[in-house]
Amino acid sequence: MQIKPFRLTLLALSLLIPAALCAVILFLLIFSAQAIGFNGFGFVTRIIWDLGDLYGDPVTVRGVLVPAGANYGILVFIVGTLLSSAIAILIAVPLSVGAAIFLSEAVPSKIRPVLSMLVELVAVVPSVVFGLWGIAVLVPFIGTMLGPVMSKYLGFIPFFAGGDSGGGYGLLAASVVLALMITPIIATTLLDALLQVPKENRESAFALGATHFEVVSKAMMPMVRTTLIGGIVLALGRALGETMAVLMVSGGGLNILPHSIFSPISTIASFIVSPLDSAEGDPTNMAVRSLAEIALVLFIITLLTNAAAKLLTSGGLHVGKRK
Amino acid sequence: MSASASNAVARPVKPGRTTQELRRVISSKIGWIACGVALVLVIGPLLDIVWVVAYNGAAAFSPKLFTTSTPPAGVGLLNAIEGTAVISIMAMAIAVPIGVGAGIYLSEYGNNKLGNSIRFLSDVLTGTPSIVLGYFSYIVLVGGLGWGLAAPAGAVTIAILIVPYLARITELALRQVPVAMREAGFALGATEPTVVFKIILPGAASGVMTGALLALAISVGETAPLIYTAGFSSYPLDLAHPVHSILHSQIGYLTYVIWSFIEQPDAASHALAFAAAFLVMLFVLAINIGVRLAVKRK
Repeated sequence: MQIKPFRLTLLALSLLIPAALCAVILFLLIFSAQAIGFNGFGFVTRIIWDLGDLYGDPVTVRGVLVPAGANYGILVFIVGTLLSSAIAILIAVPLSVGAAIFLSEAVPSKIRPVLSMLVELVAVVPSVVFGLWGIAVLVPFIGTMLGPVMSKYLGFIPFFAGGDSGGGYGLLAASVVLALMITPIIATTLLDALLQVPKENRESAFALGATHFEVVSKAMMPMVRTTLIGGIVLALGRALGETMAVLMVSGGGLNILPHSIFSPISTIASFIVSPLDSAEGDPTNMAVRSLAEIALVLFIITLLTNAAAKLLTSGGLHVGKRK
Repeated sequence: MSASASNAVARPVKPGRTTQELRRVISSKIGWIACGVALVLVIGPLLDIVWVVAYNGAAAFSPKLFTTSTPPAGVGLLNAIEGTAVISIMAMAIAVPIGVGAGIYLSEYGNNKLGNSIRFLSDVLTGTPSIVLGYFSYIVLVGGLGWGLAAPAGAVTIAILIVPYLARITELALRQVPVAMREAGFALGATEPTVVFKIILPGAASGVMTGALLALAISVGETAPLIYTAGFSSYPLDLAHPVHSILHSQIGYLTYVIWSFIEQPDAASHALAFAAAFLVMLFVLAINIGVRLAVKRK
């Protein structure tokens, strides 16, 4: 076989991508190995995150040197991540489905590019700017308007009580910001699919006497269902890993599970940022290693979510092409 | 949009309709209104973000923003603007050759199992949360290799983040170049590098440029991967020793200013955060709108 230096150079460049990915997994794994051994499976079921006594003499627990009283549990962050992402999906799905339907069917095709570009632009706003807007606009709105009103009229549902305290930072603010950030992902995925539905399917539904809205909701939506679910899972992957915006509006809840939609929370991603300064003060390095384990957990969760999205969307592509 | 469809909806409700028909027509109208409201709720916050940032950012504008650094060193953003420029340029210098090279490989020679697995892993890397990449760089580059908190560690992290985008967009752009162009090149006796660099890349130049610009917008807007790789400094680059200062000292950047100064209690800090957000938004939106308009015109 002839050796082609040009091709080999290009191949080497493209292999850097998988190499970077493998390096991320490998080094996070190696670095956190001691923490994985120390924390055991209880890591994901314990509630308390305590760095221990960083200034006293370290003690030996389960064969490794850790600060006295150190206890690393991330259940609070896992719950915060899953809850905020789930609520974000609940808010974002109806909004983006409605927006996509309106864009594909009700908007004149001359205005459509402008409006769909605006929807796409939501996705390019940097996360930290969403956080800034959250602090400047959304948090005061929840703290002074939405929260008290929701508690007054919906307070009989346990999860909606307590909106008049906390000032607006918390689970609801984080979920709303996340919802806004993932809406364009679902909406553009669905819009592309709706525009691909064959003309014949639309026309036969019209011929049966359906109203325009019935054509969309009963004939077209079922055809793009798989693509829609794929888009939702993709958006979920983005929401789970979102860091800055959530960090800025979530209130940074620690060591207590959220008991209402207004409780302060932390997500896995936002928590990795906040305690690193204090973790560096740990002479045994176990806190920094446990943070690496958190990063690994987050990586695995998003990897599984994105793999599911990929399977769904690649299967869903055939829907539009069916003759 | 078929004409019959809009007629069916717009026709006034006649008294001769059955209750069931009436119910269907009314619920259809409610459905359309709900969809319209949803669209407003999706686009509205974007417009509000642009408005809030532009209003507060413009109010904070002064020449000192560009001549002095963040407090306590000054009352401006000079250090952050310099830092964002340095980190983004370094990241692009690392990422563009790798990303474009990978894109060329995937488009020209990647129609096999190896190409498919690279594509798949590239998608996985795209989906990896940026804070995970930041933490990886913190333990490997900053700590493990001893680079310290400085621009190189930040730039490499951003490069890891944007290479998959560049590779994917380059691949898509190159696939738009007709096969006949490649064949014509080879028929004239051109070698593979000549065909790639003289025929295919020039033919796909606008697409590759688009990818590079979008990647630049991403790198300017990122925060999480930089916090524990680039650190932060309230002082501008030491122009007496620029290289040493870039390679070895902590460096400021605009997104960090947004994050940390909005959480300060005083109005001057808030104004600075909004000014930084204004600059970042201006840059990101200008690139994204410009690219979309240019693509549409073709």
